[in-house]
Amino acid sequence: MNKPIRRVSVFCMLLVLALMIRANWVQGLDASALNANVHNKRTVIEAYSYPRGDIIVGGQSVTKDLLVNGNYYKYRRAYLNGPMYAPVTGYSSQAFGSNLLENVEDPILSGNDPRLFFRNALDTLTGKQKQGGDVVTTINPKVQQAGWDGLQGKKGAAVAIDPSTGAILGLVSFPSYDPTSIAGVTPDFATNWQKLTTDPSQPMLNRALRATYPPGSTFKLITAAAALETGKVTDIDAPTDSPDPYILPGTNNQKLVNEAGDTGCKDATMNAALAMSCNTVFGKLGAEIGQQRMLDEAKKFGFNNSSLDIPVGVTASNFDTNMGPAQTAQSSIGQFDTRATPLQMAMVAAAICNNGTLMKPYLVSEERSASNSVISQTSPTELSQATTPDVAAKLQTMMVNVVQNGTGSTAKIPGVQVGGKTGTAQHGVNNDQNPYAWFVSWAKSGGKQIAVAVVVEDSDTSRGDISGMHLAAPIAKNMMEAYIGN
Amino acid sequence: MTTVESRVVACAPQGPASVRRNTELSLLVFAALVPVLAYAETGLAMDGRLPAGMLGYGLGLGSFVLLAHLGVRRFAPHADPLMLPIAALLNGLGLVFIWRLDKARELHPNFPAAQNQLLWSGLGISLFIVVMARLKDYRRLQRYTYLSGFAALVLLALPAFFPVRAGDFGARIWIHLHGFSIQPGEFVKILLPVFFSGFLMVKRDALALASRRFLGLYLPRGRDLGPIVVVWALSLLILVFETDLGTSVLFFGIFVVMLYVATERTSWVLSGVLMAGLGFWAVARTEGHVRGRIEEWLHPLAAAPGAGVGQIGQALFSLGAGGALGTGLGQGHSWLIGFAAKSDFILGTIGEETGVTGVIAVLVLYGLLAERGLRTALAARDPFGKMLAVGLSAAFALQVFIVVGGVTGAIPLTGMTLPFVAQGGSSVITNWALVAVLLKISDLARRPAPGEPLQPGTQP
Repeated sequence: MNKPIRRVSVFCMLLVLALMIRANWVQGLDASALNANVHNKRTVIEAYSYPRGDIIVGGQSVTKDLLVNGNYYKYRRAYLNGPMYAPVTGYSSQAFGSNLLENVEDPILSGNDPRLFFRNALDTLTGKQKQGGDVVTTINPKVQQAGWDGLQGKKGAAVAIDPSTGAILGLVSFPSYDPTSIAGVTPDFATNWQKLTTDPSQPMLNRALRATYPPGSTFKLITAAAALETGKVTDIDAPTDSPDPYILPGTNNQKLVNEAGDTGCKDATMNAALAMSCNTVFGKLGAEIGQQRMLDEAKKFGFNNSSLDIPVGVTASNFDTNMGPAQTAQSSIGQFDTRATPLQMAMVAAAICNNGTLMKPYLVSEERSASNSVISQTSPTELSQATTPDVAAKLQTMMVNVVQNGTGSTAKIPGVQVGGKTGTAQHGVNNDQNPYAWFVSWAKSGGKQIAVAVVVEDSDTSRGDISGMHLAAPIAKNMMEAYIGN
Repeated sequence: MTTVESRVVACAPQGPASVRRNTELSLLVFAALVPVLAYAETGLAMDGRLPAGMLGYGLGLGSFVLLAHLGVRRFAPHADPLMLPIAALLNGLGLVFIWRLDKARELHPNFPAAQNQLLWSGLGISLFIVVMARLKDYRRLQRYTYLSGFAALVLLALPAFFPVRAGDFGARIWIHLHGFSIQPGEFVKILLPVFFSGFLMVKRDALALASRRFLGLYLPRGRDLGPIVVVWALSLLILVFETDLGTSVLFFGIFVVMLYVATERTSWVLSGVLMAGLGFWAVARTEGHVRGRIEEWLHPLAAAPGAGVGQIGQALFSLGAGGALGTGLGQGHSWLIGFAAKSDFILGTIGEETGVTGVIAVLVLYGLLAERGLRTALAARDPFGKMLAVGLSAAFALQVFIVVGGVTGAIPLTGMTLPFVAQGGSSVITNWALVAVLLKISDLARRPAPGEPLQPGTQP
């Protein structure tokens, strides 16, 4: 009977051996995949077991970490002035993940960035609690506040950039939401999340970076730049050869008309045409310049770039790549399929203001360790040479004229050089919904510069009053004043 | 080892009953000390101070194992010196892990279980001593062959007649009585080997010799197939009516192993495995609960919408989080496993907090215990003793394989407790009794025959 007993012994040993192999498999080979599994809560539990770093605006932290000692999570993220800064910070939620800066700057904020390794190791040795590093933004609180106040009761976005560096001074989206209200895991937070994600007004949409709108007449700045660069127009004060209405090329009498009516757009100078926002003049110029050249110009100003990150990803603005002359004419006045984010239009104004050089927009100026030593600093970089200094100077002259004598008069700031361009873009099938009101502008005073783009989607203002001039320009003015005035 | 021991025996053939007992005692010191230190470490890690109950716990555990040791010294002086320390160590570590999970406020609902488990351990050790004292000669168990068989049958069938509870997770393996939950399947682990040993003792010649050769295999005669078919049918009935794959596999596994040992015929093993495979396959296809378990095993990381992964997935996460060395006692998140974290899934906590190192250490302990039992079977001088020791050891090894294999995702999960470690009164009591019977067999096997001094090297 001993032979089978020996065999049973071997069998039992094999069973134990098999279990050991399996344990090594799971705990060794599979371990990293298991740890990285999205359903494994350990990652999130660990992430909230110590305070995250701060996101800093104007020297003040706009985030904080509440010691909640919850069942799973020790800390919970909270935000100061949450709705106003939500388009900047994004959210960091125990239940719903994270986005925007909270997401892309997570390595620093969580303290897991390899550049913090040495410091972390030191903290471990000295028994100090792990802590995340800080992210310093370029946002100017006054500019942000001005944009935020201006958009109250409306729906839209406002972006402000320092043209000389590309530093983003304001990033406002309205309606907004409080990231604090979705930071936790309890049913209240889930209810809030449910409400926010199903709200038809899309409060969680970052309109400044992630929504595109037809830019309307504000796109005429790019058309003007192309016309000047190609020599189509050499003197901005010389009459152009422009009929009114303009029959779209290749169409059966399809007319392009001017919103302003018969106020002298026929054969108007480019300067006057921009001030009056003549569709006919710029539509014809765009068609004559041609689709390819217009596309090149739009790209130089930042259109069709899907890889821009600030470091948050920005939705690409669009100028169609394959159009006939009629569509090119319409696209050149910011209609048809042309779409731009508010940031994109701020970049257009910034490039013109900065003598043709487009600086890469950026939102983070510094990354710091928990002990405030600087880990990285963003140095301004050039994104492209959007146009020549000479053309930029002419565009500046025309934009100043728009504010002094044209549709942008509501943006005048006494004692400050302000240039701007209004836009009222069609919206909906057959233009049956409230149009988008745009204002794109810049201001210079005493070495300080700011470029702003504001879009207002719709509001309770009656349709007749909707224009960049009445809705968007005052907001832009306040934002510029907030920066230049201090 | 053998020679040292033999020398002791040879030098003092009629001397005091201290054969390897001092070895056992010194091992027991470690077996009690390791859990006490683990207890202290857990307390320091979780609360930053030594646990308040440390002295009581240490003394309690210490006195339990000391009593068990005295029992062995008195009633089974020649018994194997390794089994008691291993059992005590596993039991002690189990208490630490259960206590650690008691302290997990994240576990909800969390009924403190360590104190009860300590109580059950005490009862288990008492039963161990009772078996030591009362079971003068295990061969007398042979008389109760059919009574054991009948009792096993009743115990196995009982849960099917009791209402199932929501918390039972689908399997009907519990009896609920006045707040007590009893898992009768655990006791069967001892009763069945007794029955099979007695039964096969009588039938083994018929089973072994009367067979026909077919395709190079010795196949059993039709009428000898009878008992096999009965056992097979019963195990399938358990599966169908109690939806408990674990007990069913364990039950049938013990039978096949003992049949093989009794008849020395591989053909029995093959027919047994084949029949079991066919039966389980058929049931798995038709029975929802078993099919669900198999689905879970195939896709452990598949998540139900909005609910995350299932328990096996969580157990795998725990093991993965442990890695090579573990997070340290009290510092893991194995409470994420939720329900049954202290019982069926306690290996998850061991894996997370002590890493693969700890898991392998525990597996080595189980392997050693099973192999010491099988060593006892080799040494036993009577067929009944051999059969019984094989049956008990195989039951133990199979149970470890079924539960650890299930929790690590190697085989489909079935509700079973990790012997000595997992929370569960029935389990702890049965396992202590099981070890007691093995020690009694070992005692007789290693005892020098009366009046004949042993030759060195002949005694295991």
